[in-house]
Amino acid sequence: MSLLLFDTALCLLLLALALASMLSRQLVNAVMLYIAFGLMMALAWARLAAPDLALAEAAIGAGLTGALCFSALARQQLDITAAALSWPQRLWPATFVVLMLGGILAALLQLPSVASPLVAVAQAELINSGVSHPVTAVLLNFRSWDTLLELVVLLLALLGALPVAPAEKSATSWSLGLSWSRLLAPMVILLAGYLLWAGASQPGGAFQAGVLLAAGAVVLRLNQQLNWLSWCNFWVRLLVVAGIAVFVLVALLALWLTPANVDAVWLSWPPLLAGGIILLIEVFATLAIASTLTLLVVGEPAPQHNRTESV
Amino acid sequence: MTNSAEQLSALSILLSSLLLLVGLFFFIAGSIGMLRFPDSFSRLHAVTKADSLGLGSIVAGLMFYGDLWQNLLLLLIWLLVMASGSVSCQLLARFAKTQQDKA
Amino acid sequence: MTELSMTELSPQLLLYIATAACLFAIGVYGFIVGPQTLRRILALNIISAGIFMLMVVLAYRGLANGQARASPDPVLHALILTGLVVAVSATAFALALLGRLKQTQASPEHQP
Repeated sequence: MSLLLFDTALCLLLLALALASMLSRQLVNAVMLYIAFGLMMALAWARLAAPDLALAEAAIGAGLTGALCFSALARQQLDITAAALSWPQRLWPATFVVLMLGGILAALLQLPSVASPLVAVAQAELINSGVSHPVTAVLLNFRSWDTLLELVVLLLALLGALPVAPAEKSATSWSLGLSWSRLLAPMVILLAGYLLWAGASQPGGAFQAGVLLAAGAVVLRLNQQLNWLSWCNFWVRLLVVAGIAVFVLVALLALWLTPANVDAVWLSWPPLLAGGIILLIEVFATLAIASTLTLLVVGEPAPQHNRTESV
Repeated sequence: MTNSAEQLSALSILLSSLLLLVGLFFFIAGSIGMLRFPDSFSRLHAVTKADSLGLGSIVAGLMFYGDLWQNLLLLLIWLLVMASGSVSCQLLARFAKTQQDKA
Repeated sequence: MTELSMTELSPQLLLYIATAACLFAIGVYGFIVGPQTLRRILALNIISAGIFMLMVVLAYRGLANGQARASPDPVLHALILTGLVVAVSATAFALALLGRLKQTQASPEHQP
């Protein structure tokens, strides 16, 4: 009963934050409310027995998206306050949305409440997957196509964002923030390493560890540290591509290692080697996700000579 | 949670509830202060100080229920939140000060 | 096998389903109304949060009516985890485009 009360409060808070973020006149307020909304979403994931998502959301919703939106806000000083909308301009979309909401709810409640057949398959195959945490098994063994293509999407987003990213405003660092971020850095690395290792048997894994590392690296970058972490650096580029490269190489190796009497399937690991293969892929995927997200969020300080040419 | 709660003596439950209530009171006071105080410095003052104390007392109240390892983790959480709270308070206050000097 | 509908779920899950649908609706409203592009990007993120929450609740299907399973559907959880990371990278790309757009609008004489 008390948990139901907590859930109700949490849901109402989520809805209120989302609504306030959409309706607030000032864009700054909208961004702040959205960050609070992301934190509350992490709580909701924890309540819904999805600790993997809660870990990722806490780093993404509170850390990365906040940094992204604030740097975007700092860039656009124009038209931050919106003009007030007239009543018909608000009323018609609201009517449409309420009608749509009714339809969605009616449709959702008619969904059959039987589990998808994939659950039983995943449970049965878990022994052969090399790990004992089902989410990690799905991500890196049963549906590793998804993870491979997701790494490709990340790389594409970075390649798309790099040429168009506007030059960063020069920020100043401060000794207190600097020392605090330096104090946090080893803890973040320790925690990310633990998450990566724990992913085999508990909630955790490459995504959460990578996102957490990226959040730590963003904090350091905002304090003028880690200046080697930029696209100009050859090793960073190598790191960004390493996730996909190792994934594909390992998949080829697994194809080659498959005994002749078994059907060779692309991206399926031999059960004996699966644990090691997954760990190897996860390590490089973590590093790739962390460096890609950091570069996406912090952006590229444009080289000095380019900037002077354009001005 | 219910199992360990049954093993606790009445005194511990009373103490823990008292600490939790005190923590809640400080959280509420800090939030009211943030909403009602006029300028950014006093708002920061209200929210960071009251919340550090409130979180500390909530952590202390929860420690009656956990074992040694969980209590260590709770302490670590309290330390980290308090430190990051005070650092971000300083950063915000510095920002507000520069804005004030500019205006 | 009788077809049970979603109304058989516990009140908590129904509450979360309703919240997810409302979040989706709020996001759509913000996307239609919000005049600034940044707010539309935020609205897209709220829509995705609603959809992810819906998927997490759908991962509970089959747990309610006594099938022998310990944990929610891991396939859906894995998909959402992928989706979270893709959503944040898409947001970063959109914000980079938006930043360049604003920069170009602010200085029309610098256009080639």
